[in-house]
Amino acid sequence: MTPERRARAEELIARYPQAQSALIPFLQFCQAQDGYVTEQAISDGAEMAGITPAKARSIASFYSLLFKEPVGKHVVQICRTLSCMLRGADELQAHARKRLGLRNGETSADGAFTYEEVECLAACDRAPCLQHNLEFHYDVTPAEFDRLLETWAARDPATTMPAE
Amino acid sequence: MATFEPVLTRGIGEIDLTDIEVYKQTGGFASLDKALRQMTPEAVAGEVSASNLRGRGGAGFPTGKKWSFLPNDGRPRYLVCNCDEAEPGTFKDHMLLEATPFSIIEGLIISAYAIRAQKIFMYIRGEFLDGYRIFRRALEQATLQGYAGRRILGTDLSMDIVMHRGAGAYICGEETAMLESIEGKRGEPRLKPPFPANAGLYGMPTVVNNVETICCVPPIITRGAAWFASIGPEKCPGPKIISVSGHVRKPGNYEVPMGIPARELIDDYAGGLLPGRRLKAIQPGGGSSAAIFEEDLDTRIDFDSLAAKKTMLGSGGFVVMDDTTCMVRASQTLVRFFEHESCGQCTPCREGGQWVARMVSRLEAGEGSASDLRVLNTINNTITGTNLCPLGDSIMPFLSSVLRRFPEEFEAHVRMAGCPLRAVALGATG
Repeated sequence: MTPERRARAEELIARYPQAQSALIPFLQFCQAQDGYVTEQAISDGAEMAGITPAKARSIASFYSLLFKEPVGKHVVQICRTLSCMLRGADELQAHARKRLGLRNGETSADGAFTYEEVECLAACDRAPCLQHNLEFHYDVTPAEFDRLLETWAARDPATTMPAE
Repeated sequence: MATFEPVLTRGIGEIDLTDIEVYKQTGGFASLDKALRQMTPEAVAGEVSASNLRGRGGAGFPTGKKWSFLPNDGRPRYLVCNCDEAEPGTFKDHMLLEATPFSIIEGLIISAYAIRAQKIFMYIRGEFLDGYRIFRRALEQATLQGYAGRRILGTDLSMDIVMHRGAGAYICGEETAMLESIEGKRGEPRLKPPFPANAGLYGMPTVVNNVETICCVPPIITRGAAWFASIGPEKCPGPKIISVSGHVRKPGNYEVPMGIPARELIDDYAGGLLPGRRLKAIQPGGGSSAAIFEEDLDTRIDFDSLAAKKTMLGSGGFVVMDDTTCMVRASQTLVRFFEHESCGQCTPCREGGQWVARMVSRLEAGEGSASDLRVLNTINNTITGTNLCPLGDSIMPFLSSVLRRFPEEFEAHVRMAGCPLRAVALGATG
């Protein structure tokens, strides 16, 4: 483990009565640096929590916001559940897939974009909604999506999935 | 409607309640002051019991009773606040987190005082990164000014709130899955008993309360249990935030007195249906609830009245569907949701959810068969009530209710090899 990660691990462990509670926050921290949960992060996390890497991998695999493989710099997640569907999510998704040239779950070859259709984001009154690197956008029309896409493409985010 | 005064959402959208000075100017922390300086923990818990407050997370269990189950055996006790809101159609906790974080902090400290908790854990859904940051800033301010942390308000009470971010899993909103998740494990629900009151977080006595429930506590302490109990039905009183979405003119969160008729919520609060449309179905309690229909519009919105209609108030996610909605497509989004979110421990939920989602998707794609319909009509008893947590029991209620009500719509998907509503729409637009 790098000294930086060890320091972070210790800081996280101190928040909880038991060290394993720090595992997910630690993996979130590593993901924010590496872009996804690497094998090194798994083994560091396992060491920190006092569990086997296999167990840490199994735990990480449970959570949809911990990525097992590299994702794009821009992760675009559009809600696909009922309330958004009632207010135009199907059209938005079709438009987004076409504009990005990606199907659900795919990452572009240049590593710029990952596109996902996700479950209810708890913003149903401003549907359809999406998240871009966990930042909410509400009432997104296809035209609004195009506008967002321009601002994203012009921006190189420091981290795809911020830890905190 | 005119006489009801909102308390949980007061000021939201008008003033900046994320500013601690603004919160204080509106009477913020007066309740904490009263509880800590003038009341014993038992008196606070007694007041909450007497208010008949029922949990706002979905199950509607009496909060005072939940608190009273904690054993007096000297072990440390924990309070966990459930802000993992992910029930389809529900967005009230998301709003409270971002718009009024000090109400949550005040409610948490009072509740922790009442149950003599040693520590508070605030579990925030991973997707709510903005909310997490807003809450963290609020907690820093509250700690700096002595409303949380060491020696609160100069009293002997010290109380830390540990913030824990989720990482994407609906099931972690189930209380025992949440405990597993905080312990750094897969969010797999535990078999109950033992209940969290006896063996909760790290095996210790634990109470898990929803954000909105916690936000009800300060006004109960300030205004008294009798005030709270006087709003709405005797057995499930109080103000309640209903999240209204779907085909209404003004979707949004509406704080209403418990027990108003569904019609009033749709017409008076949410502005009615979109122009020229007719009501087809409503999910009154989030994605897990069975639908109600036009003839049920006089049903009162509270735990008991909706249970009498064989559905539930649940988390208060009120999804309105008009006559342009295909019930097969609507069902598909929900069964697919539960299929995706199943933790996989129980066979009926893991396998049943998958098969049901496949069958409904086939119907929607125009590839369904009469045998799919027969299975969907009879599979309810095989899936519902056979799992260790409520997720598996949430797969079928909506689907079964609309299958019963609109059998011809499902049959038409088989007969016409696709959606009849879409065919009409395509015909209309040429």
